[in-house]
Amino acid sequence: MRRLLNIRPSPGARLLLGALPLVALILVYVAASAASHAQNPSEKILPTLSAMADQMRIMAFQVDPQTGAIPLWQDTAASLRRLGLGLSIATGATLILGLVIGVLPLARAGIGPLISAIAVIPPIAVLPILFITFGLGETAKIVLIVVGVTPFMIRDLASHVGAIPEEQIVKAQTLGASTWQVALRVALPQALPRLVESLRLSLGPAWVFLISAEAIASDVGLGYRIFLVRRYLAMDIILPYVAWTALLAVAFDLILFTLSRRTWPWAYPARAR
Amino acid sequence: MSGLLAFDDVWVEYGEKIVLEKVSLTVTEGAFVSIVGPSGAGKSTFLRLALGQERPTRGAIRLDGRDLEPQPGRDRGVVFQRYSVFPHLNAIDNVLFGLDCEGSRVTGRLWGKARRTARERAEAMLVQVGLGAALEVYPAQLSGGMQQRLAIAQALIMRPRILLLDEPFGALDPGVRLDMHGLITGLWREHQLTILMVTHDIKEAFKLGTRVLAFDKRRHDAQAPNRYGSVVVYDFPLDHKTPAEIPLSLGPHHP
Repeated sequence: MRRLLNIRPSPGARLLLGALPLVALILVYVAASAASHAQNPSEKILPTLSAMADQMRIMAFQVDPQTGAIPLWQDTAASLRRLGLGLSIATGATLILGLVIGVLPLARAGIGPLISAIAVIPPIAVLPILFITFGLGETAKIVLIVVGVTPFMIRDLASHVGAIPEEQIVKAQTLGASTWQVALRVALPQALPRLVESLRLSLGPAWVFLISAEAIASDVGLGYRIFLVRRYLAMDIILPYVAWTALLAVAFDLILFTLSRRTWPWAYPARAR
Repeated sequence: MSGLLAFDDVWVEYGEKIVLEKVSLTVTEGAFVSIVGPSGAGKSTFLRLALGQERPTRGAIRLDGRDLEPQPGRDRGVVFQRYSVFPHLNAIDNVLFGLDCEGSRVTGRLWGKARRTARERAEAMLVQVGLGAALEVYPAQLSGGMQQRLAIAQALIMRPRILLLDEPFGALDPGVRLDMHGLITGLWREHQLTILMVTHDIKEAFKLGTRVLAFDKRRHDAQAPNRYGSVVVYDFPLDHKTPAEIPLSLGPHHP
């Protein structure tokens, strides 16, 4: 009898096993929704799938006469713009500061403690400060994402670069490399795959900060819409919006995952299944 | 033959702990110096001194008559036991690394015709160490012996004044190690290298070296184990050996 821990699913079985709980969850929801609607047809907490589809058809394909735009796409575009800008700034700052701190002991001694100190501040707690400083516009929301994810990313990248074996750094110097050349040709290429990994991990927190900022002060965006329709208990809009947000998050993760493996195959040595 | 690398009354101390004391010796050009000794006897410290990774507490180290710069530099090549090659570069780019750095201060990369010329040199170097068939392969896909071959090629293409080997074959299988002995002897002779090699293996030290240095503590004080540092307890000049006399075919040499 094979031990349980030695039984590995084939790729097909793995897909099936992964889909199973998801399908089960949907079935349970449909059953619960049908049951509650049998008792009270105007029930709002567990909308039926068809009710959600109807609402989303309106949100995704009909122009809102007040704004002259289609809400779902307008919200998605606004949120993605904030998320994209915030994460781009965070990634750029991480690449530069992470490399500098990782490569130069002087910089590690100088700005390392500052980054560590900033990293322990709960970002949502500084949101009021950002609103006061930058106003209620786009800047505060983008800065919240930057402030929220950058210190973690910098620390992660700096420690990864700092962990490059000393032998490699010495070897590069014996081959005539200057500080700049070590940073550019030894540290940077080995930092990039880790930077993408750390960006993937930061996507979750970045969404949290985005939705929070949008919920508090915004007039467009996925988080804004979810919190707006909450007033009308419009679960038939909230649930599809949450699902859409989750789908976007998974898509980004998948894109980064694939991109990193395609671009830097050396960083992912073939692993035994 | 002249003195290439000279240690003049060199001491290394970490606070109270004395690691090396009064090391004075001269390495002549073209020598293959093996360094042996028990663990903790300062072999690696000695090599790190030569490398410039560490500076002596007292005394002077001179390379070609000039004080040694206390940081690693182009005049000294090195091969470590592990992590000597760059995992993110394939074999040919690993060998090109030094030429790239030399060619462009800003981008650290050669372009166009200069790159093609350098690539030919790098290819010839890889063929010489038996990696002619693995030009585009990343280190992770190379065996331990092949990684060390790559590390040697990478160092040699820069024509260092002295090549430092820190237990270069310590992690290899006995058969592979034999191949590597043949390889390094051949390269030493062909390129008229000066080599300093730290090893655990006394047989290897005597087989390859033209001179064997043994580091150990001359005195042990049970009450103060750190009071006395290591010195060169034996210095065997194997004068009977000249480069030409060491047979190339020390083992089956297949790439």
